[in-house]
Amino acid sequence: MNAPDRPAPTDRRPERPDVLPDFTDHRPDGIDFTGYRTGEPLGDTRAPDGPIAERWDRRRFEARLVSPANRRKHTVLVVGTGLAGGSAGATLAEQGYRVVQFCYQDSPRRAHSIAAQGGINAAKNYRNDGDSVHRLFYDTVKGGDFRARESNVHRLAQISVQIIDQCVAQGVPFAREYGGLLDTRSFGGVQVSRTFYARGQTGQQLLLGAYQALSRQIAAGRVEMHPRTEMLDLIVADGRARGIVARNLVTGEISTHFGDAVVLATGGYGNVFHLSTNAMNSNATAVWRAHRRGAWFANPCFTQIHPTCIPRTGDHQSKLTLMSESLRNDGRIWVPKAPGDDRAPADIPEDERDYYLERIYPSFGNLVPRDIASRAAKNVCDEGRGVGPGGQGVYLDFADAVRRMGRPAVERRYGNLFEMYERITAEDPYRVPMRIYPAVHYTMGGLWVDYDLRTTVPGLFAVGEANFSDHGANRLGASALMQGLADGYFVLPATLNDYLARAPRAEPPAPDHPAVREAVTVTEERLARLLAVGGDRTPDSFHRELGELMWEYCGMARSEAGLRTALARIPELRAEFWRRIRVPGTGDALNQSLEKANRVVDYLELAELMCLDALHRTESCGGHFREESQTPDGEAARDDASFSYAAAWEFTGTGVPPVLHREDLVFEYVHPTQRSYA
Amino acid sequence: MALATRTDRHPSLVRVFWASTVGKKAVMAVSGLIMLGYLVAHVMGNLKIFFGPEEFNAYGHWLRTMGGPVLHEKWALWLVRVALLAAVLAHGVSAYQLSRRDLRARPVRYVHRRRRTSYATRTMRWGGVILALFIVWHLLDLTTLTVNPRGQEGHPYENVVATFSTWYGDVIYLVAMLAVGLHVRHGFWSAAQTLGAGNAARDRTLKVLANGLALVLTAGFVSVPVAVMTGVVS
Amino acid sequence: MRLTLRVWRQPGADAPGAMATYEVEDISPDMSFLEMLDTLNEALILGGEEPVAFDHDCREGICGACGLVINGEAHGPERTTSCQLHMRSFRDGDTIDVEPWRASAFPVVRDLVVDRSAFDRIIQAGGYVSAPTGSAPEAHATPVPKADADSAFEHAECIGCGACVAACPNGAAMLFTSAKINHLRVLPQGVPERETRVLDMVAAMDAEGFGGCTLAGECATACPKGIPLPSIAAMNKEWLRAARKARR
Repeated sequence: MNAPDRPAPTDRRPERPDVLPDFTDHRPDGIDFTGYRTGEPLGDTRAPDGPIAERWDRRRFEARLVSPANRRKHTVLVVGTGLAGGSAGATLAEQGYRVVQFCYQDSPRRAHSIAAQGGINAAKNYRNDGDSVHRLFYDTVKGGDFRARESNVHRLAQISVQIIDQCVAQGVPFAREYGGLLDTRSFGGVQVSRTFYARGQTGQQLLLGAYQALSRQIAAGRVEMHPRTEMLDLIVADGRARGIVARNLVTGEISTHFGDAVVLATGGYGNVFHLSTNAMNSNATAVWRAHRRGAWFANPCFTQIHPTCIPRTGDHQSKLTLMSESLRNDGRIWVPKAPGDDRAPADIPEDERDYYLERIYPSFGNLVPRDIASRAAKNVCDEGRGVGPGGQGVYLDFADAVRRMGRPAVERRYGNLFEMYERITAEDPYRVPMRIYPAVHYTMGGLWVDYDLRTTVPGLFAVGEANFSDHGANRLGASALMQGLADGYFVLPATLNDYLARAPRAEPPAPDHPAVREAVTVTEERLARLLAVGGDRTPDSFHRELGELMWEYCGMARSEAGLRTALARIPELRAEFWRRIRVPGTGDALNQSLEKANRVVDYLELAELMCLDALHRTESCGGHFREESQTPDGEAARDDASFSYAAAWEFTGTGVPPVLHREDLVFEYVHPTQRSYA
Repeated sequence: MALATRTDRHPSLVRVFWASTVGKKAVMAVSGLIMLGYLVAHVMGNLKIFFGPEEFNAYGHWLRTMGGPVLHEKWALWLVRVALLAAVLAHGVSAYQLSRRDLRARPVRYVHRRRRTSYATRTMRWGGVILALFIVWHLLDLTTLTVNPRGQEGHPYENVVATFSTWYGDVIYLVAMLAVGLHVRHGFWSAAQTLGAGNAARDRTLKVLANGLALVLTAGFVSVPVAVMTGVVS
Repeated sequence: MRLTLRVWRQPGADAPGAMATYEVEDISPDMSFLEMLDTLNEALILGGEEPVAFDHDCREGICGACGLVINGEAHGPERTTSCQLHMRSFRDGDTIDVEPWRASAFPVVRDLVVDRSAFDRIIQAGGYVSAPTGSAPEAHATPVPKADADSAFEHAECIGCGACVAACPNGAAMLFTSAKINHLRVLPQGVPERETRVLDMVAAMDAEGFGGCTLAGECATACPKGIPLPSIAAMNKEWLRAARKARR
């Protein structure tokens, strides 16, 4: 390689010391980030009361409408083209709104919803196995460990039924029975068969359905699509979200886009952990910039660790690959009974194997919810009984399934997953049990939204994984696709009407509006600064270090001491980042290092809030497990008296303690009980 | 509010076909199949040379009078010639246009070269050009007799023997017939796909048929110069 | 493992490009091909050079973002995507050529990144069922024979990576286009628009400057999702049927 040749981006964008962008911490001396203040409690003012089954109808009836002739006068900006964004863009355009949509990928078809494997839940009760809207509602509230809003979850369960109809009409090739009717299967954490699927590629097929619907609107001129364009800031003018600052990733051009409402459908923030099952470029920038502009961030510590991922092989690992949870339907999870047993799995006799999920949770067995399965895997590995390199893995064994159903049946159900596993590990799962280990997969937390999916910034909506609303502290399998599509196809199109009908019509802010100027300047300054530091560490090295820190201290098990360690280290890392980051190239061309570095900036801030949220919530619930709060037999112990609320955090400055706003959760229909899957 | 995202249109069939790569390929396929049908008849006629000059020359004579007495002499022959000319032109022009398009669609080659596709597939274009040139020579040689070493009208048997008694006549003919075989081998299968006859179940049969046709045609055509060279026909 | 990489470097769409040679060391056979490129890029950044730009996202073989021509083959020697290709498919000391997709309809954006928006425009021309949200009938109202549903799925698996175009000697997009047409054609929901769909999508494909099909079969060999070659024949048949009907 050539000798170092320092790029000279500073020539193009001179540093302007007179503008002091908000990059580095300016925390008042003596105040710790953990010294947060508690602000006004927060209420969901949009949810109607009355019987829960009638609330959604009532809300839709009470919502004001925009007359069809006036809709084209309203512009809606939609950021993201996954299940939530794609379906929202297509539906809003179909209704007659002018939609301007953005995605960082080269095509809206590539959003990471595409990687969802297992399926989508719907309370169709086609199996006549006792399912109903109410049961799906109940399972979701309970599965979420009683930290979700009842009215939202009930609406989700109601809409689930329509989603399947909609997707079938679009030509989504769901799996079918020989009679031509839709096939379903059961999925982790539930005892009914309500999960619709398309082999192991349900997310792909649903996303392509939404993408095709969106494509139809693009062709009709109703949606103006901007691929390879990343939102870098939110423009809040005169108290309302009126636009975004975006960067064209190919030309580097910074542009502003204005509308009457902004919809964030930018997914979760799992990539804070560096290694996750998220796509490499999935990021938290849009939600975090919105948070900095006034959108409160709810329950950031609620992250889901998925139990069935392929273990990492070394430091080169760039991401983790999930294996569908459906594997747990027929595979049996075990580890050797004795710690340090390094015999080949086939050489370990049956009575020296510990099928620990079946042992601890006899009624649900291998189908316990994700958080429980993940933590159990961590526990046996911590006991020294883990298998594979580094002892960070457990076996998922299909030997019994092959004996029981025959290899062809196993192949039909899981063939593509087995193939994927073999491609990555070079091991044949028909002969050697798979090795799996938990990995960060989904974030239940997100921007706080009310029943109408409005954030705390008027005119800013959040849909899909980007919001916090429906899954509480733990998401059930096959519910993410359901929520994304419910928000995009059905909820947002109904509630956005009401906002637009009530909001005063106003021209978009002028380019010299102070809010616009400020947002553009901060964005440009930040990029210029990243290019100018010229240090000695790559963006990825910082991301990796942050991820390891978070996995260690804010991962599957969290403790006060650990979280405080992380909270002490993160500001140091942030300071080091701005001192030592090295981003080659320029800002006016495709520059993937610059994109990456810019995302890491936001991870470095969001990580701190996640740790604080985890520190303040001294109970264990769902995906959030505090070592201090367990039952005598090591299960998560919830503290409903103190923590039956959603924690919405208000930003006050980088590194400055935020303000906590509590939204108390009221359970009228599903009464909180300690979850038991034994 | 239902949204009209499509428009109605009624263009002419010729226009629809000629404007589309898929349509133009169908034109190539149909014209190719017409020529292939002609070749099958042609090779059967050629084989009559093994039954002696009288029978072969009588067959030549019949070609001029076929369709009679309804049709005047050579009318049927001209009908066939016009149809063939149309097929050749349609095939050639669409091949030229499609090839131009293909080359434009892939202007930069990969630095790392590797062997691609089968020989028959890769030689379709040059094979086609060779065949076009051959047809010109073939017509000048045995139809107009312009370049035939003997050139006696009404005596096709003797003219054929004369051509194949020269080394260049044999070389040109043998090369061209190998080109015919390769061209038919990929062309027939390709035409079947273009016309939508192919599917997973039928593909094997189609390939066997294509190879069989190519082999029979080449062997049939080549047998004549070989027979002349070896003195079986003289 | 120690490898010699020859990588296409091109600073921008209109700038000239060339192959650049790099040596990489300490490559683990368990690395994916893209992780190997990550390793190279980390070293390039620290060495003061700009890293090699390449498209990638899910790294699970499903998003279709990645696409490299590796040793002259789209997605390399295994039948999978570039991100799921592992270094165990190579030998220590190998020289590996890495090039972008080549087709005039896929212009190079930078290094190994190409613009595949032509695919989006083909879908926009008709690769959908017009089913406005809320208008759908009950899902079980129309049974679909399992064989048809399976066939639709087999074609719907296309990830739109563009390997078919990259591998085709004519830069044709027939396999991509046929996959969507065949997906929607066999489902009853897709039938009402079948004629306009195939005519419009084929016309859009032609307008984007893709080449025509000469049945070389390279596309189906390169396809990481195994979309079969007879899909093209099925699309041709569908087109001929629609062209005949369109005249009426």
